Amino acid sequence: MIPATDYNQEMAFFVDMQRCIGCHACEMACAECETNGQESMIHVNYVNRAESVQTTVQVCMHCEDPACANVCPADAIHKDDFGVVHSANTSRCIGCSNCVLACPFGVPKKVEEAELMMKCNMCYDRTSAGKKPMCATVCPSQALFYGTREEIERMRPDSVPVNSFKFGKQEVDTKVSIMMPKGTHQLIVE
Amino acid sequence: MAKLPVAADQLIKKYGPHKAYAPQSGFYGAHEPDRLVKTHCCYCGMQCGIQLKVKDNKVTGFEPWMEFPFNEGRLCPKGVQRYLQNNHPDRLLNPIQRAEGKGFEPVSWEHAMSKTVSEIRRIQEKYGNDAFAMLSGVSITNEKSYMVGKFARVALKTANLDYNGRLCMVSAGGGNKKAFGLDRSSNSWADLAHAEVIIVAGANISETFPTLTHYIWQARDNGAKLIVVDPRVIPLARTADLHLPVRPGGDSALFGAMLKILVDNDWLDHDFINSHTSGFEETIAAVKDYDLDWAEEQTGIPGEKIREAATLWGKAKTSFLLHARGIEHHTKGVENVLSCINLVLATGRIGKPYCGYGTITGQGNGQGGREHGHKCDQLPGNRDITNPEHREYIAGVWGIDEKEMPGKGLTAYEQIEAIHRGEIKGLISICFNPLVSLPNNNFVREALEKLEFYMCIDSFLSETARHADIVMAGSLHEEEEGTVTTAEGRVVKINEAVTPPAGARRDGEILMELADRLGAGDKFSYTCSEDIFNELRVASRGGTADYYGITYKKIVDNMGVFWPCPSLDHPGTPRLWEDRKFRTPDGKAHFNPVPYRPASEVTDKEYPVVLTTGRVVSQYLSGTSTRRIGKLVDQYPEPLLEIHPKLAFQYGIKERDLVRVKTRRGEAEFPAQVVETIREDTVFIPYHWGGKHAANQLTIGNLDPVSKIPEFKVCACKLIPTGSKAPDVMTETAYQSGL
Ligand code: SF4
Ligand code: SF4
Ligand code: SF4
Repeated sequence: MIPATDYNQEMAFFVDMQRCIGCHACEMACAECETNGQESMIHVNYVNRAESVQTTVQVCMHCEDPACANVCPADAIHKDDFGVVHSANTSRCIGCSNCVLACPFGVPKKVEEAELMMKCNMCYDRTSAGKKPMCATVCPSQALFYGTREEIERMRPDSVPVNSFKFGKQEVDTKVSIMMPKGTHQLIVE
Repeated sequence: MAKLPVAADQLIKKYGPHKAYAPQSGFYGAHEPDRLVKTHCCYCGMQCGIQLKVKDNKVTGFEPWMEFPFNEGRLCPKGVQRYLQNNHPDRLLNPIQRAEGKGFEPVSWEHAMSKTVSEIRRIQEKYGNDAFAMLSGVSITNEKSYMVGKFARVALKTANLDYNGRLCMVSAGGGNKKAFGLDRSSNSWADLAHAEVIIVAGANISETFPTLTHYIWQARDNGAKLIVVDPRVIPLARTADLHLPVRPGGDSALFGAMLKILVDNDWLDHDFINSHTSGFEETIAAVKDYDLDWAEEQTGIPGEKIREAATLWGKAKTSFLLHARGIEHHTKGVENVLSCINLVLATGRIGKPYCGYGTITGQGNGQGGREHGHKCDQLPGNRDITNPEHREYIAGVWGIDEKEMPGKGLTAYEQIEAIHRGEIKGLISICFNPLVSLPNNNFVREALEKLEFYMCIDSFLSETARHADIVMAGSLHEEEEGTVTTAEGRVVKINEAVTPPAGARRDGEILMELADRLGAGDKFSYTCSEDIFNELRVASRGGTADYYGITYKKIVDNMGVFWPCPSLDHPGTPRLWEDRKFRTPDGKAHFNPVPYRPASEVTDKEYPVVLTTGRVVSQYLSGTSTRRIGKLVDQYPEPLLEIHPKLAFQYGIKERDLVRVKTRRGEAEFPAQVVETIREDTVFIPYHWGGKHAANQLTIGNLDPVSKIPEFKVCACKLIPTGSKAPDVMTETAYQSGL
């Protein structure tokens, strides 16, 4: 049963590293989201500052078949009907860090003080009320965009959203897409 | 006399900067605010729309303002964290007075006012009116800028009033006036997104005006070619079609060489040049010898890349040229700007859709603050203080006799020199931290120490305020109503979110009471900021910066109005020059010949390396507010010396080695950041810190002859590795600017 919310299933994150200017506004805005208790669930890093100013920004990819949830012994991680994979449920999470190790993108973080796994839940409190997630709203270069696939394809004719990843033999499909040069269908991450 | 009353550490202990990570009262109420107040970010010239959450008269957070057309919710880290300046533990909550050997002690407003007024009187009676000077900032609203200009001339009766825009975009203003007769970027950003080719020269858009990046990326989605001129690979340059790594000081050689290529290939708009411009022949005569070999020599950019840039620019149908401090902070800042304008005029791409030109203002009200008369040579409406008609008009608005109005005074840095010479004895400053932001800091400090009396209005005890005799606890951006003008020329409304805490006062009210006590109360009888704005409208009427048709209501209804807006039924002017009626005396746009000359200080055997300075994304100007916000400090806690691996190798410098940088003016130590993203002959240090971390101990006070802007962007230095490594991160002390 789909709960009664304003959630628009067509909307998702599109991440374009080419545009990222490494400003960290997304991290700071993420921490302002009501559910995050001033922790950021998104992380910006330099790839190699000695050579370039290129930064990467990692959000939870909201996998179709989330490894984090699959390995959780306490059933604390839940994927909802909109495809959003939620942060660990406070009352269930035993802080075992299985999810931290299992996630191919290195997303969940164990918040030591709270003995709890936390990660991005696409600002569920905002998105379910028809708003955009904090990080994508503020991102000044729109390296993080929240909207529909159709919108992004129209706005950015030179690139395509890719949401299929290959880690060795493991294939992962995600709700979140990475913007890639035209002609790319799958991202192979070694 | 005004040496620090106690050691800087003791002042820092009491007045900060301290880092705040949360509102003082915690996040109580952040999720259930009493109100959301639509206003603007208090930092850079983008003036992004934002909503502040308010609970119990305190700002507790923010909510994006999606409807504001420029930024549609987008913000940079400073905008996200700006709410933490409110209710900050370092906030000055009452006037304080210097107490020798003790620091500062609280005094009553009555005492602060009467002491200030009696010192003004004493100094002016003894040394003359101009011996008491005033310095102002342009992070303040249009209303306050206007009031400062009137206060200095009518109440303080001094000619010596200037503003910190003198360190910002006055070179652009000087160039704009010469070429167009009016000082504003020619277009709204909306045109930028559709231009075919974009040149960004000396403007680290990605770090200093981050929300503008979106418009550049949009343009590229639409097929635009991007050319970035900068000695560093700034984040915007990483994926640019062309990055031209110019040697600091070589800008006008580059643009001159490009102009020659345009002429050689006849990539010119002859109709436009013939009908609407003057000075073309002299201008191209000045560049006739600028071949690519010469240009390569002067700029350090491979000649082929220069040709490529000129070809992209020359063949395009629409274009946008943007610049900022990188080409303006020079002893030939105005010439650099004019050499850019020459490229725009030669191709006639101005005053048309998707064609534009402009400077990007760094300070919150960098645009508006340069129009309302707190420059030493200017009256409201961008009028000229030496022009008899202009003087007569403004004297009429102010209700004074024109003969009583002081003439042209000294510029900011010249005031410091005059204090040194003993000609200026007293100073009032508002929202200005010259001890961090002016070049040649040590010289500035010596000047402050020579003042007989210094009163400053601020909300935090800045590095400069530490030298004051009296500090009046003023107001923050969110505590006053008013307007500011964004870098695209859009006048927007700042709304009061909270009232100042008990004991502090609104800056405008402080000036009004001082004026009253100085006997000019009848000229400052405003009851609200809209009163001031309405007087400003009249004062600007008929001037080049004409705000007459703009009202508070119109701003709110339209989410901003672009000036000029000469009448109430006028919609405002997002795109200038569509009518081809330039505001120069002959009505034409002026080409200006720019014969190339080198920087005022070039490298030599003793000082072999070029030093340049700039900003980082997490700090704003001298950091008076941002160096108090925890996450902004932590993002870039200390100034780093960016150095290319080849230069570093030459000196045996490795990552985080402590390097002493020495110039003819001073020396300071910085941890090295060894990066390939800078020219091999140039090092870079960001300037937001004070004390022993101040890059401006090293920079040079030589001025552009027209704009009087100092040459922050180039001087010669030597590098001396100290042999020790910097500690991991010097966070705990670096942001505090101890001496
Ligand atoms: S990206 Fe990692 S944390 Fe997010 S859903 Fe996939 S496995 Fe889980
Ligand atoms: S806000 Fe956008 S541009 Fe800034 S670091 Fe995050 S993703 Fe990159
Ligand atoms: S600092 Fe400038 S770009 Fe950043 S949010 Fe404020 S106004 Fe916008």
